[in-house]
Amino acid sequence: MEQAPPDPERQLQPAPLEPLGCPDAGLGAAVGKEAAGAGEEDSGVDTMTHNNFWLKKIEISVSEAEKRTGRNAMNMQETYTAYLIETRSVEHTDGQSVLTDSLWRRYSEFELLRNYLLVYYPHIVVPPLPEKRAEFVWHKLSADNMDPDFVERRRIGLENFLLRIASHPILCRDKIFYLFLTQVFFFYLADSRLKALNATFRVKNPDKRFTDLKHYSDELQSVISHLLRVRARVADRLYGVYKVHGNYGRVFSEWSAIEKEMGDGLQSAGHHMDVYASSIDDILEDEEHYADQLKEYLFYAEALRAVCRKHELMQYDLEMAAQDLASKKQQCEELATGTVRTFSLKGMTTKLFGQETPEQREARIKVLEEQINEGEQQLKSKNLEGREFVKNAWADIERFKEQKNRDLKEALISYAVMQISMCKKGIQVWTNAKECFSKM
Amino acid sequence: MEGERRASQARSSGLPAGGADGDSPGGSAPFPGSSGSSALLQAEVLDLEEDEDDLEVFSKDASLMDMNSFSPMMPTSPLSMINQIKFEDEPDLKDLFITVDEPESHVTTIETFITYRIITKTSRGEFDSSEFEVRRRYQDFLWLKGKLEEAHPTLIIPPLPEKFIVKGMVERFNDDFIETRRKALHKFLNRIADHPTLTFNEDFKIFLTAQAWELSSHKKQGPGLLSRMGQTVRAVASSMRGVKNRPEEFMEMNNFIELFSQKINLIDKISQRIYKEEREYFDEMKEYGPIHILWSASEEDLVDTLKDVASCIDRCCKATEKRMSGLSEALLPVVHEYVLYSEMLMGVMKRRDQIQAELDSKVEALTYKKTDTDLLPEEIGKLEDKMECANNALKADWERWKQNMQNDIKLAFTDMAEENIHYYEQCLATWESFLTSQTNLHLEETSEDKP
Repeated sequence: MEQAPPDPERQLQPAPLEPLGCPDAGLGAAVGKEAAGAGEEDSGVDTMTHNNFWLKKIEISVSEAEKRTGRNAMNMQETYTAYLIETRSVEHTDGQSVLTDSLWRRYSEFELLRNYLLVYYPHIVVPPLPEKRAEFVWHKLSADNMDPDFVERRRIGLENFLLRIASHPILCRDKIFYLFLTQVFFFYLADSRLKALNATFRVKNPDKRFTDLKHYSDELQSVISHLLRVRARVADRLYGVYKVHGNYGRVFSEWSAIEKEMGDGLQSAGHHMDVYASSIDDILEDEEHYADQLKEYLFYAEALRAVCRKHELMQYDLEMAAQDLASKKQQCEELATGTVRTFSLKGMTTKLFGQETPEQREARIKVLEEQINEGEQQLKSKNLEGREFVKNAWADIERFKEQKNRDLKEALISYAVMQISMCKKGIQVWTNAKECFSKM
Repeated sequence: MEGERRASQARSSGLPAGGADGDSPGGSAPFPGSSGSSALLQAEVLDLEEDEDDLEVFSKDASLMDMNSFSPMMPTSPLSMINQIKFEDEPDLKDLFITVDEPESHVTTIETFITYRIITKTSRGEFDSSEFEVRRRYQDFLWLKGKLEEAHPTLIIPPLPEKFIVKGMVERFNDDFIETRRKALHKFLNRIADHPTLTFNEDFKIFLTAQAWELSSHKKQGPGLLSRMGQTVRAVASSMRGVKNRPEEFMEMNNFIELFSQKINLIDKISQRIYKEEREYFDEMKEYGPIHILWSASEEDLVDTLKDVASCIDRCCKATEKRMSGLSEALLPVVHEYVLYSEMLMGVMKRRDQIQAELDSKVEALTYKKTDTDLLPEEIGKLEDKMECANNALKADWERWKQNMQNDIKLAFTDMAEENIHYYEQCLATWESFLTSQTNLHLEETSEDKP
């Protein structure tokens, strides 16, 4: 799970009266290290590969460009250029590099990556992309995006873009960047994160763990839906393969009627083809149970999000209350000392329409002091509530994590068991069929 | 053990050369007096090229069987000719080796076409040299086939690959198409070389050895296109009459051919469809594995399990690819060749019927004294000989063809079964090792979870 991006606005807020959210929230640490751009707040839950990826020195290159045709979101044919991104890890001992990943990306995917970085690292100067369309052309011909010179310059520009990110102390550690270089389907995660950000409250100091949890639940949901979709397509195709073999059964049987020597072999082989074809029904039905297990966790993702939302609501509420309290205290102080710093309607009208009497001022101060008292009580209890919630919620989330890991592992193992059973059946049937064929 | 077999009576009535029982593993020569020994040559012993070797081989003195030269020079009567049909098992006497390779594209102002290189190695005396290399195009193969059909109207000439396939082709010259055609042409020539009679055909020899210009000039000799067309028209008309008096054994042969053609066409379609389904399955599988890797990026505790699942799926994917390619190499071309063969067979029947028709009409003329009948008896005599030869040639070649067909079909389907077994065995091994690694790591957990 990825750490929450450091919010630069925290630097500008007055320090809160009490630590908000979880006592060990990143806030304290963030305030201290903010200046340095605290990107190394490792939650310690990065994947092994992610860490290892950065232990070695890597080389990134955009080595080739290729014209492609495909269908766009509107299902219309379009021509575009795809670029080959190659990642090499360099062995320290001999300086030789080994190709570890290579995939093709088009310009719009680079844009997606950059948009994500812009949103998630608002305080960082994100390296720019080469121009989308050829501009400032001095030659009419090179206005074409397909022009080889333009493509070549763009290839260089894209490579430069990636190298700049890779050499940036904070951006280089971003997981989405890593996935951009290594995973064809990275956009699922980038996209869901972008969507998630748009949907959040302007909660200033959420508990980092809940933010991470929200990301995680989005990722879980999108990856499981994708997996289920592809699994369904695979199952569909597999069904087709098995069922077509059933046709052999019928034709072999008919053919055997005219064959003297081959007849018996054909007939019995045909029978085995029928067995083979009908075996797929049970196989796929078993797989549906597996799919159901995954679906349960797909829906669990929503439940996780609900818990996160509750935390956000409470946090937001708390922050609003704290803000209100702070402003009241400020007013009180000003009234008491006679300095006017904060804007209030009363203050303005007083200025415009004459000073208030000391008695009036005393009265106002008293009211404010009462409100402040009340507010402090409320804040205390809200804080307590909040911490209680976080403690309980997190306990349950830990329990949930254990359960999820157990269940998913079991599901994956049961999937393997199903595959094994399918293979054994296949071997049986085809061995029988082979025997029949060899007797023909 | 067997399911009900339909029309079992039809089977037991059998075909003319009856003798061999269904279950005898050796498969014997249909003619009792044969000296054929080990007979059914096991697939493992032979090269693929040699599996067309006959069990029953005609006498090498095949000039007797040349239908085209039906002249008074024929030394013997049809009756004694039958006795000369020997069935010798001579697998080691293959002395003509042909390969077809190196397709090359030629572009002229009028057309683009492909030529194939044909290399012939031989120890036969009648060949001027022991090695030949020529280039031929599809048109040349068509010419050769025509000449063989003309010379031996009732022998079963091997089929040529189609001119072009209508379905699923973007353009004539895509690589897969050329490769498939090259393999089929290679098979075509080798089947001719293995045929006891056709292998000595003069046009065949010229095809294999002549330089391009020699071949063109040779082609120009012989009956022109028009006369050949004229023959075809007559043939269609008269073959209908020949059907009426078709002897019993040929009626049965014809029935078989019709049914066989139906079935083999169906099998061809089924096999192509299986290939297509497998390809689509493979395409979807390619996407399936990587999703697990993506998932592992957000699951710290399940990283290894997910990655292992992904790699299992990828390995099964590769196994599928291998199965597909096995299918397209072993099964599809064989089945397709027999689809074309079934069309050939129908042509052969027609030609036989045509000769019969010719004979019958002359006999009719004589019987009813319709025209000047002085020369008729002699003509009829010749035609009767011709008919007898044609029938015997067809009968013998039919047996040979059937035997080859059984071998080829059996081999092709056995291969297909073998590919599938291998595929499932590979996948089984993959998933079993995954399971082992999972249970090894978490022995306690799994024992708790076991029901």
